[in-house]
Amino acid sequence: MSDTLSKIEKRTAYILLLPAVFLVFSIILFPIFANVWISFKEVGLKDIRIPEPRAKKIVKSIKDSSDEIKIIYKLRNSSLILDIRDVKFQDKTPKNVEPVNLDERCQFKSNIINCNFGNWKAKYKENFQIILKNKKGEKIYKKEIKSIKPKLSGESDNILLNTNFTLKNFKKVFFQNEFFDLLMTTFYYTFFGTIGSIVFGILAAQLVNQKFFGRTFMRSILLFPYVGPVVALAYTWELLLDPYSGTLNNLLLNFQVIQEPLNLLGQKYLTINFFGFDLKLRLALTTVIIFEIWRYFPLAFLFILARLQAIPKELYEAADVDGAGPVQKFVSITLPQITAVISILFMIRFIWNFNKFEDIFLLTGGASGTRTLPINVYEQGFTISDIGMGSAVSIVIVALLLIFMFVYFRLLGKRADEN
Amino acid sequence: MKIRSLILYSFISSIFLFSVVSIWKILSTLQGIDLKNFNFAIILSLGIGISLINLVIGDKLNSYIKSIVFASFFTLIDGFIIQNMPIWYNIGVFGIIIFYSFKIDKYNQKNLELEHSSQSVLFEFLTLFGIVLFSFVILFPFYMMIVTSFKTQAALLINPLDFSINFAQDIKELFKSYFVIFDTYKFGRYILISTFVSVGTVIITLIFAIPAAYAVARLNFFGKNFLSTSILIIYMFPAIVLVIPLYTVFSQLGLRNNVGGLLIVYTATTLPVAIYMLQGYFKSIPKELEEAAIMDKLNWFGIIIKIILPLSIPAISSVALYVFMIAWNEFLFSLMFLDNPNSFTLSRAIQYLSGDAETPRQYLMAGSVVVTIPVLFIFVYFEKYLVSGLTAGSVKG
Repeated sequence: MSDTLSKIEKRTAYILLLPAVFLVFSIILFPIFANVWISFKEVGLKDIRIPEPRAKKIVKSIKDSSDEIKIIYKLRNSSLILDIRDVKFQDKTPKNVEPVNLDERCQFKSNIINCNFGNWKAKYKENFQIILKNKKGEKIYKKEIKSIKPKLSGESDNILLNTNFTLKNFKKVFFQNEFFDLLMTTFYYTFFGTIGSIVFGILAAQLVNQKFFGRTFMRSILLFPYVGPVVALAYTWELLLDPYSGTLNNLLLNFQVIQEPLNLLGQKYLTINFFGFDLKLRLALTTVIIFEIWRYFPLAFLFILARLQAIPKELYEAADVDGAGPVQKFVSITLPQITAVISILFMIRFIWNFNKFEDIFLLTGGASGTRTLPINVYEQGFTISDIGMGSAVSIVIVALLLIFMFVYFRLLGKRADEN
Repeated sequence: MKIRSLILYSFISSIFLFSVVSIWKILSTLQGIDLKNFNFAIILSLGIGISLINLVIGDKLNSYIKSIVFASFFTLIDGFIIQNMPIWYNIGVFGIIIFYSFKIDKYNQKNLELEHSSQSVLFEFLTLFGIVLFSFVILFPFYMMIVTSFKTQAALLINPLDFSINFAQDIKELFKSYFVIFDTYKFGRYILISTFVSVGTVIITLIFAIPAAYAVARLNFFGKNFLSTSILIIYMFPAIVLVIPLYTVFSQLGLRNNVGGLLIVYTATTLPVAIYMLQGYFKSIPKELEEAAIMDKLNWFGIIIKIILPLSIPAISSVALYVFMIAWNEFLFSLMFLDNPNSFTLSRAIQYLSGDAETPRQYLMAGSVVVTIPVLFIFVYFEKYLVSGLTAGSVKG
């Protein structure tokens, strides 16, 4: 009895899970594996289109004979690269109308013209002509002929489905793509963005954890950058930071903080003279990191605040009795209580900053030294139109992510063991 | 009295005063006032002076009278240094000093002698400083976005620092950018598409996620543990590594430029987190309720509809709002999948607008306001639900 019950339970579980699992599998897992496949292929953006046989039908009347009409089909292979095999053509004619001197590749039977065009090479073009005649000598109407559309079909190779593989893409990724530079920029961006958002998250959480007028209001405001749409915020910042008409530069100039405008998003390096040493600062990258921190510190704030509010008040009261000052209280009570949250946050933010695409794409498009790995996927795939290369870079990202996740889940596991 | 506390008290409070006055000056500059200098040295010494006098006077004077005296004194000197300021600027300065005086009022010679007094002073003013600075830095871009959308191209070019809005002008002139984006750039259509996609994603996600989450939370089946960890792992994979294969497959299937294609992708990407959030909540519902239902011969469909759903309204609202927010704000997939202006979402439409260098910036900002207002409104209105959604789903970036 219980055996059948558990069977029913299992079956129910699978039925309930099936739709979700199927969808996630086809839209998330399948593409990750498909990336591996594509990354070993030489595929450009233009190769993705499946070659189609096409025909444009042009109908012309013939002078002095209304019972005859000329049709010109402009036939072509839509692909510039791939051949189409075994092209079949079909068109219909109105009643009592039949073709005259039909091309030998075609047959006419019960008002249907069937043709077998054989193989079409890439870029193939042909003007194919048919003359129709009404058997009863009545007028043929152009409109009637035009309204019937020919049908074409053919077979072709799908470049994505054949089994020609190459290592070219990976060679290019590692040796021609300034890979080291790309990796360094990505880590620089990820690391400082993560640290920054956590530091500001702690500060903000400390603030809101105190009692003051308008505290709940403050909490809402602090989350605005995270909740707002990235497109709107990125463009607002772009206008704010514009070197000529941007508010920030004009304010700084007005109050004589700087002497000439700074191109905060368009300049790769800023040389700062620091006690006689010339320091080169990655200016655009720094700006992008600041935007990143501005947008994502609210998340760290939310996490840390939740943790802070869970710290028992007695701990602080006891510390008061012992005569501890605010700094001591923060260092010996607050910090140990939030280290667990901070380490988890660090891992999560690290992984997500590592993957960040939209923010940089919208602010700089990857120019002026802000090209990270995700930006490179887009550039390779859609700017340079090399799908294979884009996939290869994606694979590099996935590989690195798997390493991060491994570390992350190990840490989580340890945490769980300790508790 | 400890010297260290004294120095910290007067110095930190003055720095705080300086920063608030400076922010006021920045905001005033943006109303078209010609200010060129923050007068760091003068403001700082005035602040130090006032804070020290405050210590000397102590509670010999009523704090209201004290603050009014301080404020008038400061405003007079400030008005003397920077002349010909409009009256509202001076009123603002006056108000800031009143606030400042009340903040330093509670410090007197006695409590600066207490243990840790220097730390307390530091923390108090750092908190105030933090509140002012955080609010300013966060709200300023939003402020700029709104103001810019009400300006004209010419006005913006003549003086980029002039943020004043002329409310006296005709409504049609004031809201011109909004009329233009709705008339010329079809933003009405994009709002409809964005709403359709976001609401559609929420509905489909819930329909898929609720049964799955119930199975994970309650039923025993082979591979259950594996499934619940994979949910989290799958969730960590970013959109950017899915983009190329999805683009190629969707191109070949003719699903690009199709809102339906977008719906499928959004649903799939939000499903893992929705399942994760819901199963956590479902587990907290007492099992006895379902056992009673099984006695009553209810099948799983009945259990979900009659027992689980009514009890999970808060969790479902959190998930719904969170998914709505993700779908509404989503950009990468809409960039990849839509190139026909007839099927744009709002985010994609704004990006398309900005692609044309000729597009006046006020239109861009008007568009940005249009896409931002709904999420911020929903966020403020349903904050309680969304915050719990954000915390639970915040593995996502």
